[in-house]
Amino acid sequence: MSHRFRHLLAIEPLSREQIVFLLDQAKPFQEFQRYPLKKLATLRGKTIALTFFENSTRTRISFATAASRLGADQMNLQAEASSVKKGESLSDTVRTLEAMRPDAIVIRHSSSGAAEFVSRRVDVPVINAGDGTHEHPTQALLDALTIRDRRGHLDGIRITMIGDILHSRVARSNIHLLSKFGAHMTLCGPAMWLPRELASLAPNIRCVPCIEEALDGADAIMALRIQQERMHEPSISAEDYILQYQLTPSRVKLARRNAIVLHPGPMIRGLEIDPAVADSPQSCILEQVTNGLAIRMAILFELVAGSADPQDHAKDSSHAAD
Amino acid sequence: MLLIKNGRVIDPTSKTDSHADVLIDKGKIAKIGAGISAGDAVVLDAANCIVAPGFIDMHCHLREPGGEISETIQSGTQSAARGGFTAVCPMPNTHPVNDNASVTRAILERAAAISPVHVWPIGAASKESKGEQLSEIAAMQQAGAVAVTDDGKPIASARLLRQVMDYCRPLNLPVIDHCEDSSLAAGGVMREGPHSIRLGLKGMPAAAESICVGRDVEVASLTGARLHIAHMSARGSLEHVRNAKRRGLSVTCEVTPHHFTLIDEDVRYDSHFKMNPPLASREDRDALLEGLADGTVDAIATDHAPHHPASKDVEFDRAPFGITGFETAIALALEQLVHANRISLMRMVELFTIGPAKILGKESKLHTGAPADITIFSTERDWTYHTVESPGLSRNTPFDGRKFRGGPVATIVGGKIVYRN
Ligand SMILES: [Zn+2]
Repeated sequence: MSHRFRHLLAIEPLSREQIVFLLDQAKPFQEFQRYPLKKLATLRGKTIALTFFENSTRTRISFATAASRLGADQMNLQAEASSVKKGESLSDTVRTLEAMRPDAIVIRHSSSGAAEFVSRRVDVPVINAGDGTHEHPTQALLDALTIRDRRGHLDGIRITMIGDILHSRVARSNIHLLSKFGAHMTLCGPAMWLPRELASLAPNIRCVPCIEEALDGADAIMALRIQQERMHEPSISAEDYILQYQLTPSRVKLARRNAIVLHPGPMIRGLEIDPAVADSPQSCILEQVTNGLAIRMAILFELVAGSADPQDHAKDSSHAAD
Repeated sequence: MLLIKNGRVIDPTSKTDSHADVLIDKGKIAKIGAGISAGDAVVLDAANCIVAPGFIDMHCHLREPGGEISETIQSGTQSAARGGFTAVCPMPNTHPVNDNASVTRAILERAAAISPVHVWPIGAASKESKGEQLSEIAAMQQAGAVAVTDDGKPIASARLLRQVMDYCRPLNLPVIDHCEDSSLAAGGVMREGPHSIRLGLKGMPAAAESICVGRDVEVASLTGARLHIAHMSARGSLEHVRNAKRRGLSVTCEVTPHHFTLIDEDVRYDSHFKMNPPLASREDRDALLEGLADGTVDAIATDHAPHHPASKDVEFDRAPFGITGFETAIALALEQLVHANRISLMRMVELFTIGPAKILGKESKLHTGAPADITIFSTERDWTYHTVESPGLSRNTPFDGRKFRGGPVATIVGGKIVYRN
């Protein structure tokens, strides 16, 4: 079967084979990050539109760096500067953008489904860089790459995710991805962020409110980012969160020996995670950042270079991953 | 004179179900019987069709005044006629809100001038539907309003609801409520459940509706006034209504075609699946089907809610709630209820005719001497719904392109054919 992609909108519809293909594609780009001269000509003459309707310095810089290392030019659209603030619809903004003929559109937006919305209205590949509380597929791919590197495989891994699962697109994408590898997933967090319907997202999901129980036997631990504003909603206080859910050295000891610790960032030291855990040898937080570049280079390469040949392109569009 | 030949006449009022001709003269039904001949009459051949009393849609939005970019009284009522309705009840959430007799009269005057079907406006329960002070209820009733509601949102508090009901009881005016606990539903864009979690869309729990229905039933019991629950979507709400009926309270309810057809699992990132109340879970939908069959549900209403295409062409969470509904109502009722053997054709006609008529204090019957408001529809004709053919100004329906078996064939209002397929 073909592994070719038209868009990258979500992890849920992808096959295990497509995921393995993307992770394998990222391997040479991982290596590449260590080169002294970090510039390829692969996408020379191509333009990547980076459209960020929601603040995200990290993801935007990661995509921009990936594009630039592949030799592509960038068009930047940020909400502050854009016409969105003036009331223009996403539909119109994107059509305007498309008229400038980018070769791919990377979109981050606060509405779930925004990337799919855009993909239905444009003719170029669309990459979801996070849509509302739906998915963040490149994050899940870089997490998977990190886990696979550290543990050698993804199959049957036991992973515990901690925090605001309900509102986390990172958690959703990771759940969909890892479930395709038979992972056992334990979700943990305050009750209002842990509705029991979460267990219906994929097989082998347990919702466990108690962190000590949730960490028992885990191969990988993922602390999620807590948005400070969530603390102001009628919900848990920061003090309670730290007391009940902070990833501390003694709690990490409850997991398997050498269990790895991940965090999608930006992390608030002393809230989700104890600094001693963040800086421990078990922590993969900085590898995640480097792997983010590799994954995003692999995806841009796949979607944009892959569409270089018009005939090839016509063939691809019939096998859409959307 | 107009002669409807060869149809199958179904009239729930008299429990008639027989093949007969119907002769219409001077806007009234002159004669019903077999083999009528009238030399100079225009003949409408209704062979293989059902001839029923005029269908009433007791819940719709015509958007005029104020929202003419989405729909007008003219475009909306033409769409209603095309859907087989002879009377429609526009909700008061226009701009300005229909909260006083002059707005009510303006709507009626406009309708009298250009509407092919009867328009029976529903007035606001509170001024500007703000939930603070009572509107001019008696004056609106005198002008022609058939019920009151703050639809679009619930009547704000139990206290106000009590006042409205106390006031409406001697007027014998039904109080219609859009039931929703606003604090529970806040921010929700679809029904809360596994599917909302998967899509990452904020959900409204079914309890947001049923809690409010429970409140309303208690206030109805307190006041003895007539309560009608609009567009009901949850099993728990239905249970409240069922119990209220058992207690002998004057409580009725309606269900829309989209709520008895679609479920939350059908929702995609497509704003044509966004309505309020949102599409329910499969279990809730099945409970509605049960309620339609066992008599708990009194009426089918469309909640026709047109929105200009540009306002729906946005991200799901930013789109307004509501879909159009006149033109697919009969076909969906046939598909989901009659062809699926859940209810009889007689019961279906009842849900569109005497069901709503009784609530609104109107009559609906195919009797000699009665006004000639008649809906003729086919139960078998294959057709495909295309919104481009609609006279309505908005196109926001998830049913565009859907294939149907059976649908409206002709609509007759006051003896005049206002729509014919
Ligand atoms: Zn309503």
